[in-house]
Amino acid sequence: MKTSIPIKEISVPKAAPSNAQSEAVRQMGVCNACRYCEGLCAVFPAMELRRQLTGPDVDYLANLCHSCGACHFDCQYAQPHEFAIEIPAVMANLREETYARHVWPGALAPVFERNGIWIASITAISVALFLVGFIVFTDASVLFASGSEEGAFYRVMPHNAMAGLFGAVFLYSIVAICLGVRSFWHSTGSQGSVSWRSLWQASKNAATLRYLDGGGMGCMHESEEPSNRKRIAHHFTFYGFLLCLASTTSGTLMHYVFGVQAPYPWWSPTVVLGTIGGIGLIIGPVGLLRVKREQIDALKAKPSRGMDVAFLYMLIATSVTGLLLLVLRATPAMGLLLAVHLGVVFALFISMPYGKFVHGLYRYAALMRHAHEQAQHKA
Amino acid sequence: MTDAEPENLSRFHVLVAGGGNAGLCAAITAARSGVSVCVVEAAPRAWRGGNTRHTRNMRVAHEEGNGILTGPYPVDEYMDDLMRVTDGQTNLELAELTINASQELWDFLAEQGVHYQPSLGGTLSLGRTNAFFLGGGRSMLNALYRTAESLGVTFFYDTKVVSLDIENGFFESCEVVSQWQSDQPETRKLEARAFIAAAGGFEANIEWLKEAWGPAAENFLIRGTPYNRGAVLKQLLNAGVASVGDAKQCHAVAIDGRAPKFDGGIVTRLDCVPFGVVLNANGQRFYDEGEDFWPKRYAIWGRLIAAQPDQVGHVIIDSKSIELFMPSVFPPLQADSLEQLAVEMGIDSTAVSQTVNQFNQACRGSNFDHTVHDDCHTEALEPPKSHWARPIDTPPYYAYTLRPGITFTYLGVKVDKDARMIMHNGSTSGNLFAAGEIMAGNVLGQGYLAGIGMTIGSVFGRIAGSTAAAIVRN
Ligand SMILES: Cc1cc2nc3c(=O)[nH]c(=O)nc-3n(C[C@H](O)[C@H](O)[C@H](O)COP(=O)(O)OP(=O)(O)OC[C@H]3O[C@@H](n4cnc5c(N)ncnc54)[C@H](O)[C@@H]3O)c2cc1C
Ligand code: SF4
Ligand code: SF4
Repeated sequence: MKTSIPIKEISVPKAAPSNAQSEAVRQMGVCNACRYCEGLCAVFPAMELRRQLTGPDVDYLANLCHSCGACHFDCQYAQPHEFAIEIPAVMANLREETYARHVWPGALAPVFERNGIWIASITAISVALFLVGFIVFTDASVLFASGSEEGAFYRVMPHNAMAGLFGAVFLYSIVAICLGVRSFWHSTGSQGSVSWRSLWQASKNAATLRYLDGGGMGCMHESEEPSNRKRIAHHFTFYGFLLCLASTTSGTLMHYVFGVQAPYPWWSPTVVLGTIGGIGLIIGPVGLLRVKREQIDALKAKPSRGMDVAFLYMLIATSVTGLLLLVLRATPAMGLLLAVHLGVVFALFISMPYGKFVHGLYRYAALMRHAHEQAQHKA
Repeated sequence: MTDAEPENLSRFHVLVAGGGNAGLCAAITAARSGVSVCVVEAAPRAWRGGNTRHTRNMRVAHEEGNGILTGPYPVDEYMDDLMRVTDGQTNLELAELTINASQELWDFLAEQGVHYQPSLGGTLSLGRTNAFFLGGGRSMLNALYRTAESLGVTFFYDTKVVSLDIENGFFESCEVVSQWQSDQPETRKLEARAFIAAAGGFEANIEWLKEAWGPAAENFLIRGTPYNRGAVLKQLLNAGVASVGDAKQCHAVAIDGRAPKFDGGIVTRLDCVPFGVVLNANGQRFYDEGEDFWPKRYAIWGRLIAAQPDQVGHVIIDSKSIELFMPSVFPPLQADSLEQLAVEMGIDSTAVSQTVNQFNQACRGSNFDHTVHDDCHTEALEPPKSHWARPIDTPPYYAYTLRPGITFTYLGVKVDKDARMIMHNGSTSGNLFAAGEIMAGNVLGQGYLAGIGMTIGSVFGRIAGSTAAAIVRN
């Protein structure tokens, strides 16, 4: 029996292809006549289903690409060959373009150009606002008081204000991201309904980073010598992030369902999940920054928008300030740390739709489409 | 070993000329038995690996399928196939040896880090017989290079062998030039106790091709590396090594005329000939386009086109067929009338219309099916079209220009079952070995069997590597 989630059809105006799109169409045209990389990842089989590639098609393919580098080293037409095939670089560039193309609201597309600078500025402003806000709205005795007993955080910032502000910005970001991903999904053409099986397939592929291994050869992100470093660092980051999310959720439950106020004792799920997640969210992004530094030139999006690095630093800042808050909450630094942490988290939330965070959802949507169309193709 | 003695001299136990599949298989095998090995590769690192970087598969015999290979391909069937394509023009002993030894290649290459994938889209017919490399030949080569490096093999890139010092069939040393494409070439001498020639054929040497083909060779496109110029082959023949095959024998196919002169590789192939008509520069047909399935015929079309005026052919198809074949790398010419198309092709439009009209009127049969030998054929037309003949009458019309594309040449050095070279006087050389394209003519007197080029290279590379190491150790 096939259970299906219907997907509504909407028509999308056809835009003139961007330069990056035309270049991807050109290069994929060579790949379609060649096909040697068919077994490396999802991109090539997906391309082969389309005889004439359009701009939205290559946007979709770009988001399927995991930047493993295999097709760069394997390609007999890579530079210096005159065909100058550089699939990973074109795809990296196009991925970042797609986020801008589908961002909601569209007026914010320019934020993706020079993304690093934007994110850094938003973070700085947000931290500053929290600091100033705290200093102006709370009296110094509370701000510099230590507090590990129940409710201490909320003397610095009232709970309702905190929940209201963060709830609102989080909600906004989720809506904005969904609108973006939805626009991306529809741009490649509606395909009727997606089955649970495809969803499951996509989830498995995303959770295991299936397509980061060059089809079994290994990831060649840093050099021709296959290595698992990027995969491991990404797992730390992704699962660290999920644990932090679980921590926050459990905190919300503690508050509203069980009526217990933060800070929570060290053995509470909120603290345990948050600590493990937070540590993962330091190890992972630091690892990713390191492999990013060693990334071979041929995989880099040109121009560089600083998107990855900004997001990674943001994650590190979130987890470092969070963990510091946990360790130092019984000292007079608590108030200021709380301000800094909340400032960073606020910046993280508000910038989620406008930075690298969205890659996960675009990737997931692309994987879903891939699972779906491969299933249809086989049937 | 590698201490650079009087300035520019280095010594190795085994010297391999050429860093393609054959050279690497030889180097790895020799290095594994503990001798010092160097590989001299004419191309810079980015272009290393000759024609091997363009390959995608290797034909291997096996008793049963293995999940990727879809079924058994017994030694006997392989042998029958080889006898059929070469019309018996093969050294039986070496042919049997090659096919028997091909059974070990899957595992051997896997041990060197090579991965496989199911046969690629558009090549289903090879899924049972040919092992496809994951990521293609360049990926396969990269794995061999990584393994060889880890075994301590020394590589000299951008370095070509220019002359061999051979005394009575015995290799003493050779002269190589590094950075030979720059204004500061560096000459040095390499000594070794055994020499393995794995430097490919001479397909990139247009002058040599012209000796065999005449001026027509100017218009040939070379599908693979520009570095296989036959310098090593020529030196060996001059030093008294016996040759096999003749200079005109080669694998030549019809490819897109817009392909680059060298290294256009696989993407320049065109699979549309059976769906249309092929005219020469005078607007005349010259051969049965529907004689057989394309994979069985594409290798004769290189020669057919080479024999036409200006070495050029023009395929014309109509919109009925445009999606029936693998996409081409360059888009076809397109027009709404045949006359317009002829103008774009640059040939006489009256001749084109006349030829196509004649063809259209001769078409018979109505059960078009490109997957079988269908009944669509021509009647009373010379030359006929035996299958897939449908009137070309539905615009838009499309055209591609065809040129002969040379894959590799067969003239080579004669070897025995130990990959040792055989001299003109019938004696066997003490320390000269050959593997790959440079000796493929021993097995392939004529014709071609897809994937056997790589098989010959790996089989004889391994043999050469182990015999060379054995004579060094003795
Ligand atoms: C487009 C294309 C596709 C092909 N596909 C297949 C396929 O799928 N399966 C198959 O079995 N066969 C295929 N072939 C044939 C196959 O490429 C050859 O049979 C095989 O690669 C030969 O290997 P080799 O090591 O002998 O030669 P090569 O791989 O050509 O290596 C020869 C090396 O010698 C070097 N060299 C040349 N002269 C000198 C010198 N003077 N000094 C130092 N070095 C020198 C060259 O730079 C080169 O690296 C294909 C060929 C082409 C062109
Ligand atoms: S990346 Fe290169 S080798 Fe791979 S399919 Fe494309 S053209 Fe072929
Ligand atoms: S870089 Fe990796 S994931 Fe991206 S297209 Fe190439 S092989 Fe596929």
